[in-house]
Formats: sequence, structure tokens, C-alpha cells
Amino acid sequence: MKGMTLIVKKTTQLIAGIVFLYGIYVVLHGHLTPGGGFAGGVIIAGSFILLTLAYGSDFMKLTREETGTTITENLAIFTALLIALAGLITGSRVFFSNWLPAGRVGELISAGVIPLYNIFIGIEVAASILTIFLALIIFKEEITK
Amino acid sequence: MTVYLLCFILFLVGLYGIITRRNLVKIVISLSIMEFSVFLFLAMIGYVEGGSAPIIDPAAPDTIYVDPLPQAMVLTAIVIGLATTAMLMSVIIRIYRKYKTLDIREIKNLRG
Amino acid sequence: MMNPLIPLMVAVPLAGGFLIMILGKFVRDLNKYIATLSLLFLVAATLVLMAGTGNKEAVYRVGGWDNINGIPVGIYLVADGLSAIVLCIINIVGLLSVIYSFTYISRYRSENNYYALFCLMVAGMNGVVLSGDIFNIFVFLEIAAISSYALVAFGVGRTELEATFKYQILGGMASLIILFGIGFIYWRTKTLNIADIRSVMGSETGKPIYLLVQMLLLCGFGLKAAVIPFHAWLPDAHSSAPSPISAMLSGVLIKAVGIYVLIRLFFNMFTISNETAVLITTLGALSMVFGVFLAIGQWDIKRLLAYHSISQMGYVVMSAGMGMILLSKGIKPEVAALAIAGGLFHLINHAAFKSLLFLNAGAIEYRTGTRDLKEMGGLAGLMPATYSSSLVASMSISGIPPFNGFFSKLIIIIAAIMAKFYLLAVIAVLVSIITLASFLKFQRYAFYNREAAKTGNNIREVPFPMVLSMVIMALFCILLSLVAIPQIRDVVLTPAVNVLIDPQLYTSPILGM
Repeated sequence: MKGMTLIVKKTTQLIAGIVFLYGIYVVLHGHLTPGGGFAGGVIIAGSFILLTLAYGSDFMKLTREETGTTITENLAIFTALLIALAGLITGSRVFFSNWLPAGRVGELISAGVIPLYNIFIGIEVAASILTIFLALIIFKEEITK
Repeated sequence: MTVYLLCFILFLVGLYGIITRRNLVKIVISLSIMEFSVFLFLAMIGYVEGGSAPIIDPAAPDTIYVDPLPQAMVLTAIVIGLATTAMLMSVIIRIYRKYKTLDIREIKNLRG
Repeated sequence: MMNPLIPLMVAVPLAGGFLIMILGKFVRDLNKYIATLSLLFLVAATLVLMAGTGNKEAVYRVGGWDNINGIPVGIYLVADGLSAIVLCIINIVGLLSVIYSFTYISRYRSENNYYALFCLMVAGMNGVVLSGDIFNIFVFLEIAAISSYALVAFGVGRTELEATFKYQILGGMASLIILFGIGFIYWRTKTLNIADIRSVMGSETGKPIYLLVQMLLLCGFGLKAAVIPFHAWLPDAHSSAPSPISAMLSGVLIKAVGIYVLIRLFFNMFTISNETAVLITTLGALSMVFGVFLAIGQWDIKRLLAYHSISQMGYVVMSAGMGMILLSKGIKPEVAALAIAGGLFHLINHAAFKSLLFLNAGAIEYRTGTRDLKEMGGLAGLMPATYSSSLVASMSISGIPPFNGFFSKLIIIIAAIMAKFYLLAVIAVLVSIITLASFLKFQRYAFYNREAAKTGNNIREVPFPMVLSMVIMALFCILLSLVAIPQIRDVVLTPAVNVLIDPQLYTSPILGM
């Protein structure tokens, strides 16, 4: 599909990076403020979708398959499952337990395994929403051609 | 009590949309309206009189918080609703490719 | 010490599904090996669990959160007698369907997606059976349901897409009704654990809000279990899916996420009331009658088998309802135990012979290319393995001794007569006779009647993996009739019946720790 006008393209160039950084902020502070993995992942995906909509899929050279995002998504959720299974081996030998030290309330590096879960779930949600968007874009191309 | 009644009325509006609309995309939008009414109902259950948002502030340890468990239930249900809507939209695109129409009265290959 | 196999039953197929999507694009045929290895591990783990628990139940506290003041605060995974039976059904039928799909699915593109979605569906169903609180039942139910929506539409033709659209809209509405019911339960009891809800509700189950919750949950899970009048999605979805998926849907999914949850919630969470029990028995009897009358006029093989699924599920729901009526009045508990045992035995048998019948229909369609009974004929000599296994399955579903269907229907009819529900016993016998007539029609038009065949003459037997899975399932049909012997019945069925009749056996290990 074609891109949008020059004003939209210039504004997107300025804004997309800030949206991406804001999404990473929401993911990393998930154990202190509202948000966490799901909401931050959607914001990160939103910045990529903004770029694709403003510049058009011809410029972004989207190919027939969405292989890259699928592999990223499955790798991230598999790592999250491995962290949950690591609870069976270390610490209190229970599935899904919190096996890192807990630290003080209110600091960035605290609360054990929860920030790790937030990061991997954030990557996974961003990649899966991008996969859905790319699949619908590619379908749309095949209808109009 | 009236806010819970409003949730139920929103549920019935969505149900009316699924039954009477002919366009496939409008049926999916009505299903989303039904989902939103259930999320509103779940989030309003946990309200405590005079409570504030459930974020711990180390400086004021004696505040009353609202119940955070229904909020976690609603977050999970929102993600499930997203997956359902995404699946439905890809099926609709494939149906359009095969049948060349989005009118549900034309799609009746299976009978009996 | 808690049993670490219980969370692995959910984690291993999830990991298998993700690994198939990552590695499947690089190495050929790796997806089949990973799926088969995951399901082999699950079958072995189920047999170890079933041998280990017996009459006790195993509780796994996820995350290690113990009870605080006797109130369960964490996520609990519970494996008792009833869960063990349904786990066996899910994993054994799943393994045989994966073996069947080695050659059947090679006709479609993107086999990676098929095996990954299959593993996700098995993970979701295992989660529903093992979960100990109602919100986790809802989450795992949605995982299994969304995977099945995608699998029904796998070969993207016109009929499959229409069938999956209808299935998705109706299934989505049922999930919303269930979520509404869960919201009402949390509002009143402030807890989500099944055992804790029972101890908080106590004996006040007759209040209007709990009646509303019971009706909401009955409508929602009744649509998942395809009882009349919520059956409209089943013939389209089960006949348009690829055949191993039809076997999984009709043989496992409507039992694991429909009937199992109904039985668990209505026996172990709510105190049984007489009106609800009469309503459930009536719905079961109506399902039996309407299912079989709608099935007689069908000429499409898979639609005929799908309507018979509605009818046989009616047997299970009716016998559970009879047990509930007798328990609510407090008379004749041994007849209630017999009725519930008959219903659970029929559940196991139906999983065996209905999935075998769907695999046979898939084999017939693989070779002849058609599903219409009027166009095929004379396959008895050309496809010997398919013919003999379908003969075993047809005699089982019609209730002919010495196959397994006869014993389970006999137990249900004897329980109905001993409880003085003569009308239900007469209906059960009549439905069984009409089922026999319907399957005689299936056998005659498909396997005899050589002259009327419009298909070609170059029909050979189906490839080896399909034959292997069909023969193993036919052996299960014959061996399951041994469950009627009292010694084997005490190992398999009696723990499940005990935990349903006496809910203290279910709640005390969870609350007492």
C-alpha cells in the first residue's frame, strides 16, 4: 500500500522513537507502576505499526512471509517457560516459584523473577501483534492486486 | 445497583447486534461490545468504599486499597478477547476471498 | 512432597508447541518427532499418575504458596480419580491422532502450524482437567478453544470457513456467559478456589443469585458440551474439520471442556438441588432423542457421526442427572453410585469408539475422495483393516455384546430401572435400537453393495501410520469391556465415583493443609 503525505512522514520520524522508548519504560517498571508485559508490549508494537502505516508497505519491503516476527515471538515465550521450569531445579523446588532474591520495596532491581517475566512477555506480545498486523497487510495486498 | 444494570443493558445491546446484523464485520464488533460489558462488570465488583488505586506507597502505609484481583482477571480476559477478535478477522478475510461477499445471508453452503 | 509430574503435564506440550514453531522451518520432519515425543511423555506420565494416586488425591501448590489461616491463596493443581480418567482419554486419543496425521496432513501446506496448534490444544485440555480454581478453568478452556477454531479451518475451503465462523461466534458467546457467572461467584464469595467456594457457600445454594449462577454456568458449559438446545455448531464444525481433528474434537474436546467441568462444578462445588437435577436429566434425555432422530436421515458420513455424538453425550448427561436427583433426595445412594459409574464408563467408551469411527471416515475419504454414502460401495474387500475396525466400532456404539458399548449402556439402564425412572430406561433402549439401525445403514452403503459404487477400482488400503492407529484404537474398544469386571472397576471407576458422591474427599486435602 502507498504511504501517507509528507507531513505525516516527518511527524512519524520524530515521534516513533519516543513511543518505542516509552514502551520499554512501561515494560521495565512493571513491578512498580501499572502496566507490565502486556501493556508495554502493545505500545512497542504500536511504534512499528506507526512506521509501517506512514511509509507504506512498499517502502518497508514486506515479503510474503512473516518469519522473523514468528521466530522472535516463539523464542521469547519459550524462554519465559524455561524461567518457570527453572523453579523446579533451583531454590524451593516448586514450579513457577520466585527463585531470585527479593530486595527492597520500591527499587528498580527487586521482586525476584518478575522483571524478567515482564521483559520476555513484552517482547512476545509486541512480536505477536506485529505478526497479526503483517499477516492482515499481506492478505490485503493479494486482494487488491 | 444502577451501574450493574447498565452493564447488563450493554450486554443485551451486543447480543441484539449479533442476532440482527447482516455484515460479518458488524457481527464481530457486536461480539466485542458484549466482551466489554463483561469486563466493566468484573472491574466494578472489586470496588471498596473510599479505596484508592492498589499501588503500594511506602510513605503512607495505612491507606485502603480497592480489590486488585478482579483487575488481574480483566487484564487476562482482555488478552483472550484480542486473540479471539484477531482470529475472527483473518477468517473474515479468507471468507471474502472465497465467497466475494460479506453478507451472511449469502454464505449458506452447509444445510441440514 | 508434591508430585512434580502434575505441572509438567501442562508445561511439556506448551514447550513442544513453541519448539515446533521455532525449529520446524529449519529441519524437515522435526515437527512430527517433537509432537510424538511430547505426547508419548504425556501418556507415560498419565499412567504413572493414575497408578500413584488411587483413592487419594494429589494437590500441587504452584509457586509454593501455602494456606493462610486455612484459606487457599495460591493456584492449585489437583489430580484425583475423575481427573485421571479424563487425562487418560485426552492423551491416548491425542497420541493416536498424531500418529494418524503423519500421512493424512501431508496433503495440506504448513504442517508446522498444524502440529504446534495440536500441542497447544492438548496443553489447554490438560490444564482444564487439572485446575483447582474456576478462573484457571476459563483461561485453559480458551486456549483449547482458540486452537480448535484454527484447526477446524485448516484446509481453507468454503465449507470449513463457514463452519469455523459459526463455531467461533457461538463459542465466544458461551465463554462470555461463563465469565459472567465467574464474576457473580467472586462477588458473593470473594474467592476463586473450588473447595473454598464450597465451604463459603455452605448450604445457602437455594438463594436466587446462586440459582442465576447455576443457570449461567449450565448454559455456557452446555454449549461447549453440545447438549440440546445448544448443539447448532457441532454438525458443521465436526464434519468440516480434517479427520484427526474431528476425532479429537468429538472424542475428547466436548468431554474435557464440557461434560467434565459440568460434573465437577455441579457435584463438588454447588450443593445439589432438586430442580437443577431434574433440568439436567431432561436436557440429557432430549439430547439422546433429538440427536438420533436427526442422524438417521444423513447421507454424509461425518455429519452422521457428528449427530450421533450429540446423542451419546445425552446418555452421559442423563445418567449424571439421575445420580444428582437421587443424591438430592438422599435416598438409595448405591443406585446413584451405579448411575454415575455407568455415565463415566460410557464417557470412556464413547471416546474410544467415536474417535475410531472418525478415523475410519477419514481413511475412506482419503482413498475414495468422497464423503457421500450414495457414491461409495464395496470397500470391504478393498480396505480390510478399515472394514474390520469400523465393524468393531459400529457394534460397540450400537451396544452389541461383547464390546464395550453394551456394558456401559446396560449399567445405565439397570440404574434407571432400580431408581424407578421407567420412562428414561425405555427411552435409552429405543435410542440404542435406532442407533443400531443407523449404523447398519452406514455399514451397508459403505462396505457392501459393490454394484452401486461410482468410485474407481484403484482403491488400495491406506498407508501404514493410519492403519496402525486404527488397529490400536480397535484393540482398546475390545479391552475396555473388561472394565465391567469388579476388580478392574475398583481401580478405574470407583475413585472417581467416590469423589463425586462425597465432596469431603475433594475439599479436605485442599483446605486441611
